[in-house]
Amino acid sequence: MNPVAGGAFALATVGKVVLFFTVLMLAVMLATIFERKVCGFMQDRSGPNRVGPWGLLQVIADGIKNLLKEETMPEQAVRPFFLLAPVLAILPATILFAVIPFASPLPTPWGLVEMIVADVPIGFLYVLAIGSIGVYGVAMGGWASGSKYSLLGGLRGSAQMVSYEVALALSLVPLILLTGDVRAPEIVSMQQTFTAGPATYATWFVFPLLVGLFFFFVSGLAETNRLPFDLPEAEAELITGYHTEYSAMKFSMFMIGEFAHVITVAALVTVFFLGGWDIPFWQGDNIRVLSDGTVIGEPTWWKTLLTLGAFGLKTSLLVLVFVWIRWTLPRFRYDQLMDLGWKFMLEAVTVYILVIAFVILGIEAVGIPAGGWYAFVLFLVNLALAGALFFAMDRGTLIRGGAKGARSAGGDAAQGQGG
Amino acid sequence: MIQDFLFQAFAASAILGAVIMVTRRNPVSAVIFLVGVFFATSGMFLMLDAHYIAAINVILYGGAIMVLFLFVLMLLNLGHADWRDLRGPVGGLVGGSISIAFLGVLTRLFVGGADARPVVEIAGGALREAAAEQGVVGVVARPLFQEYVIVLEVTGVLLLVAIVGTILLARGERT
Repeated sequence: MNPVAGGAFALATVGKVVLFFTVLMLAVMLATIFERKVCGFMQDRSGPNRVGPWGLLQVIADGIKNLLKEETMPEQAVRPFFLLAPVLAILPATILFAVIPFASPLPTPWGLVEMIVADVPIGFLYVLAIGSIGVYGVAMGGWASGSKYSLLGGLRGSAQMVSYEVALALSLVPLILLTGDVRAPEIVSMQQTFTAGPATYATWFVFPLLVGLFFFFVSGLAETNRLPFDLPEAEAELITGYHTEYSAMKFSMFMIGEFAHVITVAALVTVFFLGGWDIPFWQGDNIRVLSDGTVIGEPTWWKTLLTLGAFGLKTSLLVLVFVWIRWTLPRFRYDQLMDLGWKFMLEAVTVYILVIAFVILGIEAVGIPAGGWYAFVLFLVNLALAGALFFAMDRGTLIRGGAKGARSAGGDAAQGQGG
Repeated sequence: MIQDFLFQAFAASAILGAVIMVTRRNPVSAVIFLVGVFFATSGMFLMLDAHYIAAINVILYGGAIMVLFLFVLMLLNLGHADWRDLRGPVGGLVGGSISIAFLGVLTRLFVGGADARPVVEIAGGALREAAAEQGVVGVVARPLFQEYVIVLEVTGVLLLVAIVGTILLARGERT
Protein backbone atom coordinates (compact mmCIF):
# COMPACT_ATOMS: atom_id res chain seq x y z
CA MET A 1 0.00 0.00 0.00
CA ASN A 2 1.36 3.39 -0.97
CA PRO A 3 1.21 6.58 1.07
CA VAL A 4 -1.65 8.87 0.10
CA ALA A 5 -0.96 11.51 -2.51
CA GLY A 6 -2.68 14.38 -4.28
CA GLY A 7 -6.17 15.44 -3.23
CA ALA A 8 -6.52 12.60 -0.72
CA PHE A 9 -3.34 13.80 0.96
CA ALA A 10 -4.68 17.34 1.25
CA LEU A 11 -7.98 16.07 2.68
CA ALA A 12 -6.22 13.74 5.11
CA THR A 13 -3.99 16.59 6.28
CA VAL A 14 -6.93 18.91 6.87
CA GLY A 15 -8.67 16.11 8.73
CA LYS A 16 -5.62 15.48 10.89
CA VAL A 17 -5.23 19.19 11.67
CA VAL A 18 -8.85 19.51 12.80
CA LEU A 19 -8.85 16.26 14.72
CA PHE A 20 -5.55 16.88 16.32
CA PHE A 21 -6.28 20.41 17.41
CA THR A 22 -9.50 19.21 19.03
CA VAL A 23 -7.72 16.36 20.78
CA LEU A 24 -4.97 18.67 22.01
CA MET A 25 -7.46 21.14 23.44
CA LEU A 26 -9.34 18.31 25.14
CA ALA A 27 -6.06 17.01 26.50
CA VAL A 28 -5.27 20.47 27.85
CA MET A 29 -8.66 20.51 29.58
CA LEU A 30 -8.02 17.10 31.07
CA ALA A 31 -4.49 18.10 32.05
CA THR A 32 -5.79 21.01 34.13
CA ILE A 33 -8.17 18.79 36.10
CA PHE A 34 -5.51 16.08 36.26
CA GLU A 35 -3.01 18.50 37.73
CA ARG A 36 -5.47 19.78 40.33
CA LYS A 37 -6.48 16.26 41.29
CA VAL A 38 -2.88 15.09 41.63
CA CYS A 39 -2.01 18.21 43.61
CA GLY A 40 -4.93 17.44 45.87
CA PHE A 41 -3.78 13.86 46.30
CA MET A 42 -0.22 14.94 47.10
CA GLN A 43 -1.39 17.44 49.67
CA ASP A 44 -3.85 15.00 51.21
CA ARG A 45 -6.99 16.87 50.21
CA SER A 46 -9.78 16.17 47.72
CA GLY A 47 -9.10 18.68 44.99
CA PRO A 48 -12.04 19.87 42.88
CA ASN A 49 -14.97 17.52 43.64
CA ARG A 50 -18.18 19.52 43.41
CA VAL A 51 -19.00 19.84 39.71
CA GLY A 52 -20.01 16.59 38.01
CA PRO A 53 -18.75 13.11 38.93
CA TRP A 54 -15.42 13.37 40.83
CA GLY A 55 -15.33 17.04 39.91
CA LEU A 56 -14.61 16.20 36.27
CA LEU A 57 -16.88 18.92 34.93
CA GLN A 58 -14.90 21.54 36.84
CA VAL A 59 -12.92 22.36 33.68
CA ILE A 60 -16.12 23.13 31.80
CA ALA A 61 -17.34 25.31 34.63
CA ASP A 62 -14.02 27.14 34.63
CA GLY A 63 -14.18 27.57 30.87
CA ILE A 64 -17.66 29.07 31.04
CA LYS A 65 -16.62 31.30 33.91
CA ASN A 66 -13.64 32.61 31.98
CA LEU A 67 -15.73 33.26 28.89
CA LEU A 68 -18.32 35.23 30.84
CA LYS A 69 -15.97 37.28 33.01
CA GLU A 70 -15.17 40.87 32.23
CA GLU A 71 -12.16 41.54 30.04
CA THR A 72 -10.14 44.27 31.66
CA MET A 73 -7.83 46.63 29.83
CA PRO A 74 -5.29 48.35 32.08
CA GLU A 75 -4.91 52.05 31.46
CA GLN A 76 -1.13 51.82 31.04
CA ALA A 77 -1.27 48.86 28.66
CA VAL A 78 -0.06 49.10 25.06
CA ARG A 79 -3.25 47.87 23.48
CA PRO A 80 -2.19 45.97 20.31
CA PHE A 81 0.62 44.12 22.04
CA PHE A 82 -1.48 43.51 25.10
CA LEU A 83 -4.01 41.75 22.89
CA LEU A 84 -1.38 39.96 20.82
CA ALA A 85 0.51 38.43 23.76
CA PRO A 86 -2.01 35.69 24.71
CA VAL A 87 -2.19 34.64 21.07
CA LEU A 88 1.59 34.41 20.91
CA ALA A 89 1.55 32.34 24.08
CA ILE A 90 -0.93 29.80 22.78
CA LEU A 91 0.18 29.60 19.13
CA PRO A 92 3.70 28.10 19.34
CA ALA A 93 2.65 25.50 21.92
CA THR A 94 -0.13 24.24 19.66
CA ILE A 95 1.61 24.28 16.28
CA LEU A 96 4.62 22.51 17.76
CA PHE A 97 2.50 19.38 17.79
CA ALA A 98 2.40 19.33 13.99
CA VAL A 99 5.70 17.45 13.70
CA ILE A 100 5.01 14.85 16.38
CA PRO A 101 4.12 11.36 15.10
CA PHE A 102 1.42 10.04 17.42
CA ALA A 103 0.51 6.59 16.04
CA SER A 104 1.50 4.04 13.44
CA PRO A 105 0.34 4.78 9.86
CA LEU A 106 -3.34 4.18 9.18
CA PRO A 107 -4.33 2.25 6.04
CA THR A 108 -7.32 3.71 4.20
CA PRO A 109 -8.87 2.84 0.82
CA TRP A 110 -7.03 5.82 -0.67
CA GLY A 111 -3.61 4.88 0.63
CA LEU A 112 -1.55 4.89 3.79
CA VAL A 113 -2.08 7.92 6.03
CA GLU A 114 0.88 8.72 8.25
CA MET A 115 -0.25 9.78 11.70
CA ILE A 116 1.67 13.02 11.80
CA VAL A 117 0.25 16.35 10.74
CA ALA A 118 3.31 17.57 8.84
CA ASP A 119 6.33 15.40 8.23
CA VAL A 120 8.61 18.36 7.51
CA PRO A 121 12.16 17.56 6.41
CA ILE A 122 13.65 19.81 9.11
CA GLY A 123 12.04 17.65 11.80
CA PHE A 124 13.01 18.76 15.24
CA LEU A 125 14.71 21.90 13.97
CA TYR A 126 11.12 22.99 13.50
CA VAL A 127 10.54 22.17 17.15
CA LEU A 128 13.48 24.34 18.17
CA ALA A 129 12.41 27.15 15.83
CA ILE A 130 8.82 27.29 17.01
CA GLY A 131 9.84 26.66 20.61
CA SER A 132 12.18 29.63 20.45
CA ILE A 133 9.38 32.03 19.54
CA GLY A 134 7.31 30.90 22.52
CA VAL A 135 9.16 33.47 24.61
CA TYR A 136 7.45 36.36 22.79
CA GLY A 137 4.14 35.68 24.50
CA VAL A 138 5.78 35.96 27.91
CA ALA A 139 7.99 38.91 27.06
CA MET A 140 5.31 40.88 25.27
CA GLY A 141 2.63 40.16 27.84
CA GLY A 142 4.96 41.41 30.54
CA TRP A 143 5.99 44.51 28.70
CA ALA A 144 2.64 45.51 27.23
CA SER A 145 0.75 45.30 30.52
CA GLY A 146 2.37 48.50 31.72
CA SER A 147 2.82 47.12 35.22
CA LYS A 148 6.04 46.67 37.18
CA TYR A 149 5.19 43.15 38.29
CA SER A 150 4.36 42.08 34.78
CA LEU A 151 7.50 43.67 33.41
CA LEU A 152 9.67 41.86 35.94
CA GLY A 153 7.93 38.60 35.13
CA GLY A 154 8.40 39.15 31.41
CA LEU A 155 12.07 40.00 31.90
CA ARG A 156 12.68 36.92 33.99
CA GLY A 157 10.76 34.79 31.53
CA SER A 158 12.64 35.92 28.44
CA ALA A 159 16.06 35.64 30.11
CA GLN A 160 15.27 32.19 31.43
CA MET A 161 13.82 30.82 28.22
CA VAL A 162 16.69 32.11 26.10
CA SER A 163 19.21 30.63 28.53
CA TYR A 164 17.70 27.18 28.64
CA GLU A 165 17.01 27.05 24.91
CA VAL A 166 20.75 26.67 24.40
CA ALA A 167 20.92 23.62 26.63
CA LEU A 168 17.70 22.28 25.09
CA ALA A 169 19.09 22.45 21.57
CA LEU A 170 22.47 21.05 22.57
CA SER A 171 20.94 18.13 24.47
CA LEU A 172 19.49 16.93 21.16
CA VAL A 173 22.86 16.85 19.39
CA PRO A 174 23.73 13.32 20.66
CA LEU A 175 20.39 12.24 19.23
CA ILE A 176 21.42 13.48 15.77
CA LEU A 177 24.78 11.77 16.19
CA LEU A 178 22.92 8.51 16.77
CA THR A 179 20.12 8.77 14.21
CA GLY A 180 21.74 10.83 11.49
CA ASP A 181 18.29 12.21 10.73
CA VAL A 182 16.19 15.00 12.17
CA ARG A 183 12.73 13.80 11.10
CA ALA A 184 10.59 12.64 14.02
CA PRO A 185 9.07 9.53 12.29
CA GLU A 186 12.58 8.41 11.42
CA ILE A 187 13.68 8.90 15.04
CA VAL A 188 10.77 6.70 16.15
CA SER A 189 11.67 4.02 13.60
CA MET A 190 15.28 4.08 14.77
CA GLN A 191 14.07 2.94 18.20
CA GLN A 192 12.23 -0.09 16.80
CA THR A 193 13.47 -3.44 15.59
CA PHE A 194 13.48 -4.12 11.86
CA THR A 195 14.79 -7.03 9.89
CA ALA A 196 14.60 -5.18 6.57
CA GLY A 197 15.58 -1.68 5.52
CA PRO A 198 18.29 0.55 7.03
CA ALA A 199 19.72 -0.51 10.39
CA THR A 200 18.06 0.65 13.61
CA TYR A 201 19.01 0.55 17.29
CA ALA A 202 16.26 -1.79 18.50
CA THR A 203 15.94 0.02 21.80
CA TRP A 204 14.44 3.21 23.13
CA PHE A 205 16.93 6.06 23.24
CA VAL A 206 16.34 6.44 26.96
CA PHE A 207 19.02 3.75 27.34
CA PRO A 208 21.80 4.86 24.97
CA LEU A 209 21.12 8.56 25.72
CA LEU A 210 20.11 8.51 29.37
CA VAL A 211 22.01 11.64 30.32
CA GLY A 212 20.72 13.41 27.20
CA LEU A 213 17.17 12.67 28.36
CA PHE A 214 17.95 14.22 31.73
CA PHE A 215 19.29 17.42 30.17
CA PHE A 216 16.42 17.62 27.70
CA PHE A 217 13.85 17.13 30.41
CA VAL A 218 15.35 19.73 32.73
CA SER A 219 15.64 22.35 30.00
CA GLY A 220 12.17 21.43 28.78
CA LEU A 221 10.90 22.03 32.29
CA ALA A 222 12.58 25.43 32.28
CA GLU A 223 11.07 26.23 28.87
CA THR A 224 7.55 25.55 30.12
CA ASN A 225 8.01 27.95 33.06
CA ARG A 226 6.81 25.42 35.57
CA LEU A 227 8.06 24.77 39.05
CA PRO A 228 10.89 24.70 40.02
CA PHE A 229 11.53 27.09 37.13
CA ASP A 230 8.42 29.26 37.44
CA LEU A 231 10.28 32.44 38.34
CA PRO A 232 8.40 34.46 35.67
CA GLU A 233 5.20 33.97 37.63
CA ALA A 234 6.55 33.56 41.16
CA GLU A 235 3.41 34.41 43.08
CA ALA A 236 5.20 35.24 46.31
CA GLU A 237 7.11 38.07 44.65
CA LEU A 238 5.31 39.07 41.47
CA ILE A 239 1.60 38.32 42.08
CA THR A 240 1.47 36.13 38.96
CA GLY A 241 4.22 37.75 36.95
CA TYR A 242 3.76 38.38 33.27
CA HIS A 243 0.03 37.70 33.22
CA THR A 244 -0.88 39.69 36.33
CA GLU A 245 -2.93 42.21 34.35
CA TYR A 246 -4.80 39.67 32.27
CA SER A 247 -8.32 38.60 33.08
CA ALA A 248 -11.00 36.24 31.80
CA MET A 249 -10.31 34.46 28.51
CA LYS A 250 -7.00 36.22 27.86
CA PHE A 251 -5.70 34.82 31.14
CA SER A 252 -7.17 31.48 30.15
CA MET A 253 -5.24 31.57 26.90
CA PHE A 254 -1.98 31.94 28.81
CA MET A 255 -2.96 28.94 30.91
CA ILE A 256 -3.98 26.89 27.87
CA GLY A 257 -0.66 27.80 26.30
CA GLU A 258 1.23 26.68 29.37
CA PHE A 259 -0.56 23.33 29.60
CA ALA A 260 -0.25 22.77 25.85
CA HIS A 261 3.46 23.43 26.25
CA VAL A 262 3.68 20.87 29.05
CA ILE A 263 1.92 18.27 26.92
CA THR A 264 4.14 19.15 23.97
CA VAL A 265 7.35 18.74 25.94
CA ALA A 266 6.06 15.44 27.32
CA ALA A 267 5.25 14.29 23.78
CA LEU A 268 8.69 15.36 22.57
CA VAL A 269 10.41 13.40 25.32
CA THR A 270 8.23 10.45 24.34
CA VAL A 271 9.19 10.70 20.68
CA PHE A 272 12.89 11.37 21.18
CA PHE A 273 13.66 9.07 24.08
CA LEU A 274 10.75 6.74 24.88
CA GLY A 275 10.16 5.22 21.49
CA GLY A 276 7.29 7.44 20.38
CA TRP A 277 4.27 5.29 19.67
CA ASP A 278 6.28 2.06 19.87
CA ILE A 279 4.80 -0.65 22.07
CA PRO A 280 7.60 -2.38 24.00
CA PHE A 281 8.29 -6.12 23.60
CA TRP A 282 5.91 -6.44 20.67
CA GLN A 283 7.24 -6.59 17.14
CA GLY A 284 3.87 -6.31 15.39
CA ASP A 285 3.85 -2.53 15.55
CA ASN A 286 7.15 -2.05 13.75
CA ILE A 287 5.95 -0.14 10.72
CA ARG A 288 8.22 2.14 8.80
CA VAL A 289 7.66 4.29 5.74
CA LEU A 290 10.94 4.85 3.91
CA SER A 291 11.56 8.11 2.09
CA ASP A 292 10.97 6.49 -1.30
CA GLY A 293 7.47 5.37 -0.24
CA THR A 294 8.22 1.71 0.53
CA VAL A 295 6.37 0.44 3.57
CA ILE A 296 7.98 -2.08 5.92
CA GLY A 297 5.59 -3.93 8.24
CA GLU A 298 1.84 -4.44 8.06
CA PRO A 299 -0.22 -1.41 9.05
CA THR A 300 -3.77 -2.08 10.25
CA TRP A 301 -6.36 0.17 11.87
CA TRP A 302 -6.25 -1.59 15.23
CA LYS A 303 -2.48 -1.21 15.39
CA THR A 304 -2.98 2.52 14.85
CA LEU A 305 -5.38 2.60 17.77
CA LEU A 306 -3.07 0.54 20.00
CA THR A 307 -0.01 2.64 19.23
CA LEU A 308 -2.05 5.79 19.76
CA GLY A 309 -2.92 4.44 23.18
CA ALA A 310 0.75 3.70 23.90
CA PHE A 311 1.73 7.22 22.88
CA GLY A 312 -1.03 8.73 25.01
CA LEU A 313 -0.04 6.63 27.99
CA LYS A 314 3.63 7.55 27.83
CA THR A 315 2.80 11.23 27.38
CA SER A 316 0.36 11.22 30.30
CA LEU A 317 2.91 9.54 32.53
CA LEU A 318 5.39 12.27 31.70
CA VAL A 319 2.76 14.94 32.42
CA LEU A 320 2.33 13.21 35.78
CA VAL A 321 6.08 13.54 36.33
CA PHE A 322 5.77 17.27 35.61
CA VAL A 323 3.08 17.63 38.26
CA TRP A 324 5.01 15.44 40.64
CA ILE A 325 8.13 17.60 40.30
CA ARG A 326 5.99 20.66 40.93
CA TRP A 327 5.20 19.50 44.45
CA THR A 328 8.58 17.95 45.15
CA LEU A 329 11.16 20.61 44.34
CA PRO A 330 11.08 24.14 45.74
CA ARG A 331 11.46 27.12 43.43
CA PHE A 332 14.96 28.30 42.56
CA ARG A 333 16.29 31.67 43.46
CA TYR A 334 16.91 33.70 40.33
CA ASP A 335 20.70 33.63 40.48
CA GLN A 336 20.60 29.88 41.11
CA LEU A 337 18.47 29.46 38.01
CA MET A 338 20.91 31.43 35.86
CA ASP A 339 23.91 29.66 37.37
CA LEU A 340 22.37 26.29 36.65
CA GLY A 341 21.62 27.26 33.06
CA TRP A 342 24.84 28.96 32.07
CA LYS A 343 27.47 27.67 34.48
CA PHE A 344 26.39 24.07 34.74
CA MET A 345 23.97 22.80 32.07
CA LEU A 346 25.75 24.40 29.13
CA GLU A 347 29.18 23.01 30.03
CA ALA A 348 27.83 19.64 31.07
CA VAL A 349 25.89 19.21 27.83
CA THR A 350 28.91 20.22 25.77
CA VAL A 351 31.12 17.71 27.57
CA TYR A 352 28.39 15.10 27.12
CA ILE A 353 28.26 15.74 23.37
CA LEU A 354 32.03 15.36 23.15
CA VAL A 355 32.04 12.11 25.13
CA ILE A 356 29.21 10.62 23.08
CA ALA A 357 30.89 11.69 19.83
CA PHE A 358 34.16 10.03 20.82
CA VAL A 359 32.40 6.88 22.04
CA ILE A 360 30.51 6.65 18.75
CA LEU A 361 33.78 7.15 16.90
CA GLY A 362 35.31 4.37 18.97
CA ILE A 363 32.39 2.01 18.43
CA GLU A 364 32.53 2.54 14.70
CA ALA A 365 36.30 2.10 14.68
CA VAL A 366 35.86 -1.25 16.42
CA GLY A 367 33.27 -2.10 13.81
CA ILE A 368 30.08 -2.75 15.78
CA PRO A 369 27.15 -2.22 13.40
CA ALA A 370 24.18 -0.06 14.41
CA GLY A 371 21.88 -2.17 16.54
CA GLY A 372 21.41 -3.61 20.01
CA TRP A 373 25.12 -3.97 20.91
CA TYR A 374 25.90 -0.49 19.70
CA ALA A 375 23.17 0.85 21.96
CA PHE A 376 24.35 -1.32 24.84
CA VAL A 377 27.89 0.10 24.78
CA LEU A 378 26.44 3.61 24.75
CA PHE A 379 24.14 2.62 27.60
CA LEU A 380 27.08 1.53 29.75
CA VAL A 381 28.89 4.80 29.02
CA ASN A 382 25.73 6.74 29.89
CA LEU A 383 25.23 4.81 33.08
CA ALA A 384 28.74 5.75 34.20
CA LEU A 385 28.20 9.37 33.16
CA ALA A 386 24.82 9.50 34.89
CA GLY A 387 26.31 8.08 38.08
CA ALA A 388 29.10 10.66 38.05
CA LEU A 389 26.69 13.48 37.17
CA PHE A 390 24.13 12.73 39.82
CA PHE A 391 26.78 12.14 42.46
CA ALA A 392 28.45 15.45 41.61
CA MET A 393 25.12 17.31 41.60
CA ASP A 394 24.01 15.70 44.81
CA ARG A 395 27.20 16.67 46.66
CA GLY A 396 26.48 14.58 49.68
CA THR A 397 22.93 15.80 50.18
CA LEU A 398 20.87 12.72 49.55
CA ILE A 399 23.28 9.85 49.16
CA ARG A 400 25.39 10.45 52.25
CA GLY A 401 23.25 13.20 53.73
CA GLY A 402 21.64 11.02 56.34
CA ALA A 403 24.94 9.94 57.80
CA LYS A 404 26.47 13.39 57.98
CA GLY A 405 23.39 15.25 59.08
CA ALA A 406 21.52 17.75 56.95
CA ARG A 407 23.47 20.47 55.22
CA SER A 408 22.65 24.11 55.76
CA ALA A 409 19.41 25.26 54.16
CA GLY A 410 21.10 27.71 51.79
CA GLY A 411 22.33 25.15 49.31
CA ASP A 412 22.93 26.07 45.71
CA ALA A 413 21.37 25.50 42.34
CA ALA A 414 22.69 22.10 41.49
CA GLN A 415 21.56 20.68 44.78
CA GLY A 416 17.85 20.91 44.14
CA GLN A 417 18.37 19.31 40.79
CA GLY A 418 19.81 16.09 42.13
CA GLY A 419 16.67 13.98 41.81
CA MET B 1 -0.25 28.68 -8.93
CA ILE B 2 -0.32 28.13 -5.20
CA GLN B 3 3.45 28.56 -5.23
CA ASP B 4 3.12 31.96 -6.89
CA PHE B 5 0.47 32.98 -4.44
CA LEU B 6 2.55 31.90 -1.45
CA PHE B 7 5.63 33.66 -2.75
CA GLN B 8 3.73 36.88 -3.31
CA ALA B 9 2.17 36.65 0.13
CA PHE B 10 5.55 36.11 1.81
CA ALA B 11 7.24 38.80 -0.28
CA ALA B 12 4.48 41.31 0.37
CA SER B 13 4.49 40.68 4.12
CA ALA B 14 8.29 40.90 4.22
CA ILE B 15 8.31 44.27 2.45
CA LEU B 16 5.35 45.55 4.42
CA GLY B 17 6.89 44.45 7.72
CA ALA B 18 10.23 46.04 6.81
CA VAL B 19 8.59 49.33 5.88
CA ILE B 20 6.55 49.40 9.08
CA MET B 21 9.61 48.45 11.08
CA VAL B 22 11.80 51.31 9.86
CA THR B 23 9.06 53.90 10.24
CA ARG B 24 8.23 53.13 13.89
CA ARG B 25 9.52 55.36 16.63
CA ASN B 26 8.67 52.82 19.31
CA PRO B 27 11.57 50.33 19.41
CA VAL B 28 9.45 47.43 20.66
CA SER B 29 7.07 47.65 17.69
CA ALA B 30 10.10 47.80 15.41
CA VAL B 31 11.45 44.58 16.95
CA ILE B 32 8.11 42.80 16.59
CA PHE B 33 7.75 43.76 12.95
CA LEU B 34 11.34 42.73 12.28
CA VAL B 35 10.49 39.30 13.68
CA GLY B 36 7.60 39.25 11.21
CA VAL B 37 10.06 40.00 8.41
CA PHE B 38 12.25 37.09 9.52
CA PHE B 39 9.27 34.77 9.37
CA ALA B 40 8.36 35.94 5.90
CA THR B 41 11.92 35.48 4.63
CA SER B 42 11.97 32.03 6.24
CA GLY B 43 8.85 31.23 4.26
CA MET B 44 10.65 32.25 1.08
CA PHE B 45 13.68 30.13 2.01
CA LEU B 46 11.31 27.18 2.43
CA MET B 47 9.93 27.76 -1.04
CA LEU B 48 13.50 27.70 -2.37
CA ASP B 49 13.95 24.24 -0.76
CA ALA B 50 16.43 25.74 1.71
CA HIS B 51 14.74 24.16 4.71
CA TYR B 52 17.75 24.29 6.98
CA ILE B 53 18.38 27.98 6.37
CA ALA B 54 14.71 28.69 7.00
CA ALA B 55 14.82 26.89 10.35
CA ILE B 56 18.08 28.48 11.43
CA ASN B 57 16.80 31.90 10.39
CA VAL B 58 13.89 31.53 12.81
CA ILE B 59 15.91 29.86 15.58
CA LEU B 60 18.78 32.34 15.62
CA TYR B 61 17.31 35.62 14.43
CA GLY B 62 13.68 35.24 15.37
CA GLY B 63 14.12 33.27 18.54
CA ALA B 64 17.42 34.38 20.02
CA ILE B 65 18.77 37.68 18.71
CA MET B 66 15.45 39.48 18.55
CA VAL B 67 14.52 38.18 22.00
CA LEU B 68 17.76 39.68 23.32
CA PHE B 69 16.86 42.99 21.64
CA LEU B 70 13.45 42.86 23.22
CA PHE B 71 15.00 41.94 26.53
CA VAL B 72 17.32 44.95 26.50
CA LEU B 73 14.50 47.27 25.46
CA MET B 74 12.36 45.94 28.28
CA LEU B 75 15.22 46.19 30.76
CA LEU B 76 15.72 49.85 29.89
CA ASN B 77 11.93 50.17 29.85
CA LEU B 78 12.03 52.07 26.58
CA GLY B 79 9.33 52.55 24.06
CA HIS B 80 6.19 53.51 25.85
CA ALA B 81 5.40 55.94 23.08
CA ASP B 82 2.18 55.26 21.22
CA TRP B 83 2.84 52.41 18.84
CA ARG B 84 1.47 54.30 15.82
CA ASP B 85 4.16 56.92 16.30
CA LEU B 86 6.17 57.52 13.17
CA ARG B 87 9.76 58.60 13.09
CA GLY B 88 10.61 62.26 12.61
CA PRO B 89 11.71 63.87 9.32
CA VAL B 90 15.42 63.19 9.87
CA GLY B 91 14.83 59.47 10.36
CA GLY B 92 12.56 59.45 7.33
CA LEU B 93 15.18 61.17 5.21
CA VAL B 94 17.98 58.77 6.19
CA GLY B 95 15.78 55.70 5.86
CA GLY B 96 14.33 56.90 2.59
CA SER B 97 17.71 57.54 0.99
CA ILE B 98 19.02 54.13 2.06
CA SER B 99 15.91 52.49 0.63
CA ILE B 100 16.28 54.34 -2.68
CA ALA B 101 19.95 53.36 -2.93
CA PHE B 102 19.10 49.73 -2.28
CA LEU B 103 16.25 49.85 -4.77
CA GLY B 104 18.77 51.13 -7.32
CA VAL B 105 21.05 48.14 -6.70
CA LEU B 106 18.12 45.75 -7.09
CA THR B 107 16.97 47.44 -10.25
CA ARG B 108 20.44 47.10 -11.75
CA LEU B 109 20.38 43.42 -10.85
CA PHE B 110 17.13 42.78 -12.67
CA VAL B 111 17.29 45.27 -15.55
CA GLY B 112 21.05 45.27 -16.16
CA GLY B 113 22.74 42.76 -18.45
CA ALA B 114 24.31 39.42 -17.63
CA ASP B 115 27.37 41.03 -16.04
CA ALA B 116 25.19 42.52 -13.28
CA ARG B 117 23.91 39.13 -12.18
CA PRO B 118 25.52 37.02 -9.47
CA VAL B 119 28.05 34.53 -10.75
CA VAL B 120 26.76 31.46 -8.92
CA GLU B 121 23.70 29.92 -10.46
CA ILE B 122 22.07 26.74 -9.22
CA ALA B 123 19.88 24.66 -11.45
CA GLY B 124 16.24 24.55 -10.38
CA GLY B 125 15.52 21.59 -8.14
CA ALA B 126 19.21 20.87 -7.48
CA LEU B 127 18.80 21.61 -3.80
CA ARG B 128 15.74 19.40 -3.56
CA GLU B 129 17.55 16.46 -5.12
CA ALA B 130 20.53 16.93 -2.82
CA ALA B 131 18.23 17.13 0.20
CA ALA B 132 16.42 13.94 -0.80
CA GLU B 133 19.78 12.22 -1.06
CA GLN B 134 21.50 13.34 2.16
CA GLY B 135 18.82 15.07 4.23
CA VAL B 136 18.31 18.79 4.68
CA VAL B 137 20.98 19.08 7.34
CA GLY B 138 23.51 17.05 5.39
CA VAL B 139 23.30 19.41 2.43
CA VAL B 140 24.68 22.19 4.61
CA ALA B 141 26.74 20.13 7.06
CA ARG B 142 28.79 18.11 4.58
CA PRO B 143 30.41 20.99 2.69
CA LEU B 144 30.76 22.93 5.94
CA PHE B 145 32.60 20.21 7.82
CA GLN B 146 34.49 18.65 4.93
CA GLU B 147 35.37 21.17 2.26
CA TYR B 148 35.36 24.35 4.33
CA VAL B 149 36.28 22.99 7.74
CA ILE B 150 39.34 25.23 8.16
CA VAL B 151 37.37 28.34 7.29
CA LEU B 152 34.64 27.27 9.70
CA GLU B 153 37.06 26.73 12.57
CA VAL B 154 38.88 30.00 11.93
CA THR B 155 35.55 31.84 11.88
CA GLY B 156 34.63 30.14 15.14
CA VAL B 157 37.86 31.28 16.79
CA LEU B 158 37.32 34.78 15.43
CA LEU B 159 33.83 34.91 16.92
CA LEU B 160 35.13 33.63 20.24
CA VAL B 161 37.79 36.34 20.31
CA ALA B 162 35.15 38.91 19.48
CA ILE B 163 32.93 37.71 22.33
CA VAL B 164 35.76 37.74 24.85
CA GLY B 165 36.81 41.18 23.62
CA THR B 166 33.25 42.48 23.99
CA ILE B 167 33.02 41.26 27.54
CA LEU B 168 36.39 42.79 28.36
CA LEU B 169 35.36 46.14 26.90
CA ALA B 170 31.96 46.07 28.52
CA ARG B 171 33.39 45.43 31.97
CA GLY B 172 35.67 48.42 31.63
CA GLU B 173 38.60 49.19 33.89
CA ARG B 174 38.48 47.28 37.14
CA THR B 175 40.64 48.54 39.94
